[in-house]
Amino acid sequence: MGLFRISSILNWMLPKPRLSCRLAVAFSCAILLGLPCTAQDWIKTGTGLGVDKVRLAAPDFKASTQDPKNADLLKTFNDTLWNDLDNAGIFDMVSKSFYPLGDIGTPADVRFEAWSSPPPNAAMLAFGNLGVTGNAMTAQGWLYDVKNVTSPQVLGKQYQDAATSDAARLTAHKFADEIIFRLGGGIPGIAESRIFFVSIRGGHKEIWAMDYDGANQHQITHLGSISLSPRISPDGSRLAFSSLTKNGWEILMYSMDLNRLVSFPRFGGTNLSPAWSPDGTKLAFSSSRSGDPEIYVADQTGANLKRLTSYKGPDVSPVWNRKTGSQIAWVSGRTGLPQIYTMESDGANVQKLTDEGYAVSPAWSPNGQFLVFSWIRHYGPGAPGGDDIYIMDITSKQWVQLTHDGGRNDFPTWSPDGRHVVFQSSRSGKEEIWTMLADGTNQKQLTFSGGNTQPNWSWK
Amino acid sequence: MKVQRLKWFSLIFALGAIMLLSACHKKTPPPQPPPPAPPAAPTASLTADPNTIDQGQSTTLTWQTTDATDVSISFLGAVQASGSQQVTPASSTTYTLTAKGAGGTQQATTRVTVNALQAPPPPPQVNATEEELFSQNVRDIYFDYDKADIRSSEQAALQGDIGFLRQHPNIQFTIEGHCDERGSTEYNLALGDSRATAVKNALVQSGVNAQSIRTISYGKEKPFCAEHTEACWQENRRGHFVYQK
Repeated sequence: MGLFRISSILNWMLPKPRLSCRLAVAFSCAILLGLPCTAQDWIKTGTGLGVDKVRLAAPDFKASTQDPKNADLLKTFNDTLWNDLDNAGIFDMVSKSFYPLGDIGTPADVRFEAWSSPPPNAAMLAFGNLGVTGNAMTAQGWLYDVKNVTSPQVLGKQYQDAATSDAARLTAHKFADEIIFRLGGGIPGIAESRIFFVSIRGGHKEIWAMDYDGANQHQITHLGSISLSPRISPDGSRLAFSSLTKNGWEILMYSMDLNRLVSFPRFGGTNLSPAWSPDGTKLAFSSSRSGDPEIYVADQTGANLKRLTSYKGPDVSPVWNRKTGSQIAWVSGRTGLPQIYTMESDGANVQKLTDEGYAVSPAWSPNGQFLVFSWIRHYGPGAPGGDDIYIMDITSKQWVQLTHDGGRNDFPTWSPDGRHVVFQSSRSGKEEIWTMLADGTNQKQLTFSGGNTQPNWSWK
Repeated sequence: MKVQRLKWFSLIFALGAIMLLSACHKKTPPPQPPPPAPPAAPTASLTADPNTIDQGQSTTLTWQTTDATDVSISFLGAVQASGSQQVTPASSTTYTLTAKGAGGTQQATTRVTVNALQAPPPPPQVNATEEELFSQNVRDIYFDYDKADIRSSEQAALQGDIGFLRQHPNIQFTIEGHCDERGSTEYNLALGDSRATAVKNALVQSGVNAQSIRTISYGKEKPFCAEHTEACWQENRRGHFVYQK
């Protein structure tokens, strides 16, 4: 019955028919067997309640010039565009094997009947062309409603950039985001967002960044120590993280604009897990400067330090309510094993959200309704503890398990569109970063070099 | 004639009776008050074990007295009638025990020979010895899962550490807090911090100088072993002492 209530709250993503079918099975299963139906213990989330997923066709862009560089750039562009649309979570992509024959590069090439009838049965068509002239790459893209023959154009864009692989990728991301914004209920796409994470591949744990799809992985810090818990600011200009310096564990601040560390005060004790308020003006973090790790809040300059908790037991991993900025969730060991709590951003009204097992790493959804976190529900010596990502509705405290495939799964982080969650998993034998839709489906590995942890998704 | 013999017989008989009678029971003299006994002289003995030491070492004085009401030892002052005490003379010393009682005074002496050290060894050598002593005598403190309080089975190790550290107040050291591989990076760093702090507080409360102690948490970032077993997990859950040169 918990499943029913959760689904009704969380069904803002997927079509209703599918939802109620699965739901009926799950409901009857739960009733008949009187057991938690773990096979059906998956949630369905979605946007646009009652709206079917849009059937979108996206044939490869056609070459618009004869330049020899076109082939590689087109491949990069087309692969990236397809992945962005396929991973968005709101489209039912028409399989390429159903596409009518013949290339499309311009509106003149579009045969409406061929696309809107079976077998493609598309509702929308994204197409265009791309070509290199000299050192410049030009791309033209359209989004057509193929059922509306008289005025089909939803979107028409032209892009110009350098004739490089990176530029081709970026252009595809931009075009995909435009499509997603128009067809996804007004929520901006995430194709241009980035993920910050920790990687040990250079021998030391440093902060790295990559595109949201795992491309373009590059190193940011070069401190040669242990650097952890990267958190990018809402405007993307500053990266806060925790690092072991000669003074102990400190919060350090890196300027993405200046490409170097900028000054940030020292607080004494062990300082960990910084978290930005959604308006970018404040930073919450854990500090043991008083002798016991507690949650503190300071201005983003480090001034005006205020202590929020004062219970014996480690208090760590704060995260702000992303919608309102008026609450903070965090992890406290005050009763023994770590559990997840919330409080007002001034420290008042402490609520306990979990009551068993070992619960850590909360992340607040952009719409303010959910927390994802990592939970070992069965813990202790010899217990078969699975460490999995869970999602919880904060008001009702009902939760659903999102990962089931083994390994230790930790540090979930939300995409800016609230449809995706990226997390770390050891299921492949090494610690890597994985992505999935917020209902637990479509789990894909993003890194492959081993020792990649603690992802943090940018805010836009 | 018969009468004479009869008188002679009765005389002999009477004499014999008297002799017999007087031989049957001893003759007890009348009781007299015993003469006052003279007071016993006190006895005293004093030994030192060992009685030859190097400068800086200690020796134990052991003494015994009887019939003494007032016992004292040179350099120690008044002491109990019998006992032992550790002393650390800086140079060769003769200890004298004086036991006074009603019966007089008795003395005992013992001599402790102190061998002066050779010329002080060069500093690096002294540090190496101190560091070796540190690692031999200061034992890490191990913790239960998810706990930062010092369990009773670790008290013996803790007391041993306190003893050594108080005897060597000049040593500077770091306490590292470590956790096992399970659980989250961030929570384990906080837990490791709590473990290091718990050990430091226990030392400071027992008289170790807080200024000598630095604490740092490594969470699960620098494990001592990598197996996924209970044994290795326990191996990692510890407050680890590191000598600072």
